[in-house]
Amino acid sequence: MQLVRAHVLVCGGKNCTASGSEQVREAFAKELEKKKLDQEIRLVETDCHGFCEMGPLVIVYPEGTFYVRVTAEDVPVIIEEHLVKGRPVDRLLYKAPVKEDEIPKYKELDFYRKQHRVALRNCGSINPEKIEEYIARGGYASLEKAIYDLTPEQVIEETKTSGLRGRGGGGFPTGLKWEFCRRSPGDLKYLICNADEGDPGAFMDRSILEGDPHSLIEGMAIAAYAIGCSEGYIYCRAEYPLAIKRLKIAIAQAEELGLLGDNILGTDFSFTLHIKEGAGAFVCGEETALMASIEGKRGMPRVRPPFPAQKGLWDKPSNINNVETYANVPMIIGKGADWFGSMGTEKSKGTKVFALTGKVNNTGLVEVPMGVTIRDIIFEIGGGIVGGKEYKGVQIGGPSGGCIPASLMDTPVDYESLIEAGAMMGSGGLVVMDETTCMVDLSRFFLNFTQSESCGKCTPCREGTKRMLEILTRICEGEGVPEDIETLERLGRVIKSTALCGLGNTAPNPVLSTLRYFRDEYEAHIYDKRCPAHACSALLVYTIDEEKCSGCGRCARACPAGAITGEKKEPHKIDPEKCIKCGSCIESCKRGAILRL
Amino acid sequence: MPEAGCAQPAEDVQMEKELQDLFAKWRGVKGSLIPILQGAQEIYGYLPKEVLLQIARELKLPPSRVFGVVTFYAQFHLEPRGRNIVRVCLGTACHVRGASKVYERLQDEIGVGDGETTEDLRFTLETVACLGCCGLSPVVMINDDTHGRLEPENLKGIVDQYE
Repeated sequence: MQLVRAHVLVCGGKNCTASGSEQVREAFAKELEKKKLDQEIRLVETDCHGFCEMGPLVIVYPEGTFYVRVTAEDVPVIIEEHLVKGRPVDRLLYKAPVKEDEIPKYKELDFYRKQHRVALRNCGSINPEKIEEYIARGGYASLEKAIYDLTPEQVIEETKTSGLRGRGGGGFPTGLKWEFCRRSPGDLKYLICNADEGDPGAFMDRSILEGDPHSLIEGMAIAAYAIGCSEGYIYCRAEYPLAIKRLKIAIAQAEELGLLGDNILGTDFSFTLHIKEGAGAFVCGEETALMASIEGKRGMPRVRPPFPAQKGLWDKPSNINNVETYANVPMIIGKGADWFGSMGTEKSKGTKVFALTGKVNNTGLVEVPMGVTIRDIIFEIGGGIVGGKEYKGVQIGGPSGGCIPASLMDTPVDYESLIEAGAMMGSGGLVVMDETTCMVDLSRFFLNFTQSESCGKCTPCREGTKRMLEILTRICEGEGVPEDIETLERLGRVIKSTALCGLGNTAPNPVLSTLRYFRDEYEAHIYDKRCPAHACSALLVYTIDEEKCSGCGRCARACPAGAITGEKKEPHKIDPEKCIKCGSCIESCKRGAILRL
Repeated sequence: MPEAGCAQPAEDVQMEKELQDLFAKWRGVKGSLIPILQGAQEIYGYLPKEVLLQIARELKLPPSRVFGVVTFYAQFHLEPRGRNIVRVCLGTACHVRGASKVYERLQDEIGVGDGETTEDLRFTLETVACLGCCGLSPVVMINDDTHGRLEPENLKGIVDQYE
């Protein structure tokens, strides 16, 4: 192997690519060649580092210098200054939002310092299209250990002892699930990976699929060995074409090296892996619906029992886990259950990846030990709220989860504490909200999503979510009536307890949790016809401050509805009957004389 | 539908051949309906009625079952689509960072609503729940290009790049 004196890692993750990382990489390739440095400095395209807010990201090793928002024009400077003269380029270093001093090293950043990367261990550090890089980081050693040194029962026992629980949201103990399936009678058993990551605001599975596909494949192979499956499916949503492409490459490479397919590593254990592309239906994230979809049917859930472990895909015993769950498995087998169990809380072991988005300074993917507080994630790792606005709450777990208010920001993030607070782990989306987010509007947004994704099989979900959405829309438009709150609560309870599958059971969560913590906002909308966050346009009133108005007439010209009148150089007035509340006048006014109440 | 007496255009013959190849590739594989529909849509750009009937015959399924699957999944289309597919993300992160304003302006710029196609087949406008690049919210994807950190004012310049 040829030795090089430095590595330049350019992030090729989706967020960075959209910010122009491809041009940056091309510029590096061209410049390095031009300066004849391409033999001593290696350029690597990696996948997502998780710090998407600051992309395109470039990291220079051996120092681990972390450059943010790099453009193609910056490339010659980095090469000349840093790689030739050894002086980091100060202006491109990441500056923490709270402190002014510059933090040049990758591992020392607040964003990374508090993280503990297990499932994301290789994301952003290796080239995902080269199996050699995965193997060089210890990859597939756990599979070898499992097959040669452990019996299937021992693998299951190790997984049970580790305390690993399903990372797709449910939190069911993984080892136990495997044991159920192993004990089910039958020669042919299927192993399925749920990669139908449909929760808006969650993209950790995509990051693993695109950034480290072999960790998933190794985890699945170990699970297949433990349970006794000879065939497996990865059900990946079609919206992730890059993930599908990388998986195909990874599977082909693993087959070539005898790590998948017939007689793995020279033993009599065989396991074939297929990819199934989803066709765009959120409900297919539910396990029985997902299996119906693999079978080529409408993706509708069915009644359980029988559970998939007894009667799953094509009526054969099947085991289904999510991407992040499988990605943890090689680490558990490799480093042992005790190591894994040393992280996290008593009942929630290990780490969890969260997609941190919304009104927070550092958006991106973060992986932390279970049990850290919401405060740590948002203010330490996330760097606080954008623009210094007031933190209002966080929505955890996507459309199935709930809102946790600022007053509970010391809640530890683990399965039980979140359920107790009225939310749930879900897939791990964390959407941060500030004072300008209206909670009624937010729950309407989520319900609109679940309502349109409801498959229509059971009545509580099909009809119930529709009625709830109608009520919420009415409230946002200022036509709410006093009994609406009670009706919402009653409908929510009924849907929760009677819907057929997880989608319906959890659909009312955003509404119920906001009603629990932000009831006053609902009341303000219904009784006072007022939106405290100034977000529901139907409830806003625009007026002109006569003291400040100079009568320039800009607003009157900007108003598309002709609602503003007044003499030149005299204070103008807005006719509330004509006003369509578009906000054009506010944008046009240079004196800040127009108020939105 | 080709008119009676006219020879089939070469393009149709080519697509028909590709469809037969697709059938051959999946013959005997369990659960092949969805991959075949995906492949057929790739060939034709959408799923014409005649093609659906052919698929039903090939797989020996009632046409109602094929139609049921097509209408269940968001990915399948029964009408021709525009040359450029504009997908506006209305996911949570984009929502709280002002996606609805972007979406409104985009409807004005393109002149059609959700799921509609312009008459000249230049654009199809769609809304999606999440494109998975929440770090760049609000986001619009046109074909394979992702445009992030958008303001309503930038949209015209972006849309104009696509013919």
